[in-house]
Amino acid sequence: MKFLFDSDTWQEIYGSIRKNKTRTAITIVGVLWGIFLLVVLLGAARGIENNFNKIFGNFATNSVFIFPRATEIPFKGFQKNRRFSLTTKDVEVLKSEYSNEIKLLAPRSQTSNLIVKDFKTGNFQVSGDYPVLDKIQKKELMYGRFLNGNDILSYAKVCVISEEMYKQLFEKNEMPIGQLVKINSINYKVVGVYKRSNGISFDGDTAYIPFSTFQKVYNRGNRIGWMMITANDGIDIEQMEVDILLTLKNLHKVHPDDKRAFGSINLGVEIGKVTGFLTGMQFLTWFVGIATLIAGVFAIGNILLITVKERTKEIGIRRALGATPISIRRQIVLESIFLTTVAGMLGIVFGALVLFGLDKMVGSGDDAILINPTVNIPIILLAFLLLVILGTLIGMIPAYMATIVKPIEALREE
Amino acid sequence: MIEIKKLHKSYPIGKDSLHVLKGIDLHIKEGEFVSIMGSSGSGKSTLLNIVGLLDEHDEGEYYLNGQLIDNLNEKKAAILRNKFLGFVFQSFNLISYKTALENVALPLYYKGMARKERLKIAMDYLDKVELKDWANHLPNELSGGQKQRVAIARALVTQPKVVLADEPTGALDSTTTDNVMDLLRDINNEGMTVFVITHEEEVAEQTKRIVRLKDGVIISDELTNINSKAV
Ligand SMILES: Nc1ncnc2c1ncn2[C@@H]1O[C@H](COP(=O)(O)OP(=O)(O)O)[C@@H](O)[C@H]1O
Ligand SMILES: [Mg+2]
Repeated sequence: MKFLFDSDTWQEIYGSIRKNKTRTAITIVGVLWGIFLLVVLLGAARGIENNFNKIFGNFATNSVFIFPRATEIPFKGFQKNRRFSLTTKDVEVLKSEYSNEIKLLAPRSQTSNLIVKDFKTGNFQVSGDYPVLDKIQKKELMYGRFLNGNDILSYAKVCVISEEMYKQLFEKNEMPIGQLVKINSINYKVVGVYKRSNGISFDGDTAYIPFSTFQKVYNRGNRIGWMMITANDGIDIEQMEVDILLTLKNLHKVHPDDKRAFGSINLGVEIGKVTGFLTGMQFLTWFVGIATLIAGVFAIGNILLITVKERTKEIGIRRALGATPISIRRQIVLESIFLTTVAGMLGIVFGALVLFGLDKMVGSGDDAILINPTVNIPIILLAFLLLVILGTLIGMIPAYMATIVKPIEALREE
Repeated sequence: MIEIKKLHKSYPIGKDSLHVLKGIDLHIKEGEFVSIMGSSGSGKSTLLNIVGLLDEHDEGEYYLNGQLIDNLNEKKAAILRNKFLGFVFQSFNLISYKTALENVALPLYYKGMARKERLKIAMDYLDKVELKDWANHLPNELSGGQKQRVAIARALVTQPKVVLADEPTGALDSTTTDNVMDLLRDINNEGMTVFVITHEEEVAEQTKRIVRLKDGVIISDELTNINSKAV
């Protein structure tokens, strides 16, 4: 191992690399490209993943949304195309029957109304909600608070409005908290203003009022619009969805095989599709990166092989002067390792620069595409190690070829 | 120094084999200046390559510095070459991307000598062949005669027992030929054993002993008058 720290060894390598500039450049490019691709693609994949995480970040990802539609199968004396509503009774039944599975359940009722503040108006969605909504779909508040239990119990005429609504209905710099807005001719006191969500939101610009207040004011009785359910940890959410739907079909006298009667969206499944896609993308990245890397290393081996042939005479001379076969082989293997390593480092540096540039260009703001596109250091080290090992192995072929001929063959004039 | 007994060498050519050396007996003592004469294809290079451990003989015995050469592996051969032998080739065989000084220092690298020391010794030998001022030039910046002098300095730098030269003047004009032969004679006068191959009568006449080779056998082996002059 002493030779590794011998400046002469490196002097010799430097000499031969400098002599073959074009060759050196070509060999380096192959490996550089491979590791560059690996770094950039992995970084981009990570960036996209981070972006998805941000989009879904405000949302409990193990949620199911259930809403009624119309039946498609006649059942128990009912015609098909029957419409019906979910009720607060359904909520109670589900809560007690699925107490182990259900973590949160938010019944919701919604409508659309003109909202008036002094002389300004706008048409917005109005939603009757429980405070629990904030746990399923996190609201970031600019001012004030979200709905609380007291609001529900006291049928309070309060509302939480969106940033957009605040901008449309209020004067600039006007303090919204405590002000009154008219929704459907009834005054509500504004208790909070929430920011627009960076991620997914199913509500748009909505004025949230207490669920109890909504049911009374809009005369809904026990009928609710739809419900959001989240599952406890470790619960098979798809199974839970199937079971709950069956229970609801039973409660509403819907044929068990009726596929249209209830609509449901399983966020967990939808996200699973996306993350599955991401995993696939990462796998593809590794595959492409490593394949390119191997191709690059083979190119190095190949070009070294060509140069060994070109340098047959030189190698013959060196051997006549007393170079042992092992010193020749060592030199060539070291050259291969050196080239792959330098190429690898350049690839990593260029890859990192491109990721840095991507981060600057599309990595921040509301419409960011790649958030924090990075590659883990251990992964880089692994790729690097792989490179050195491949460089060693591939260098052994030309090294072997260099010493297989007798020195006299190598020296033969012509 | 070099002792050869009943040496045979054939080259396989397809299924046949070409019998090149047909029983050579040759004894070269330390300090001799010997030339091998013969027409092209008579087997001179073959003989020199065997002596130089670049090739192996088929039959017979070869002693180098008293050591029987038999079944050498490449590593041992390389070490022996580095220790005992210095080569001078017809086409100089300098490494094109190394300066004159680096070329001369190269055998010392394979001896494991430190760079500084190596370059110092190499410079001394370049000085000896009067090329000190050309130390940092690349081979293609040198004339044929200068290249061959660099090659001779390189052959001498390890202080070998024998200098082997295969047609060292084959690529040179008559003036530079004389220069190179003068240099070899000087080296010999300092006690070095020098073994030259040539097919030129004038070159052979400048050595002290001429061995004539024809069709793979030695046909004559005599001292030249330079010898008697020197005595
Ligand atoms: N490696 C080889 N394979 C086959 N034939 C060879 C080989 N080397 C030399 N020869 C043949 O052996 C003969 C002697 O060659 P060589 O020793 O080079 O002669 P010289 O140096 O006297 O001109 C020639 O006929 C040459 O063609
Ligand atoms: Mg010859």
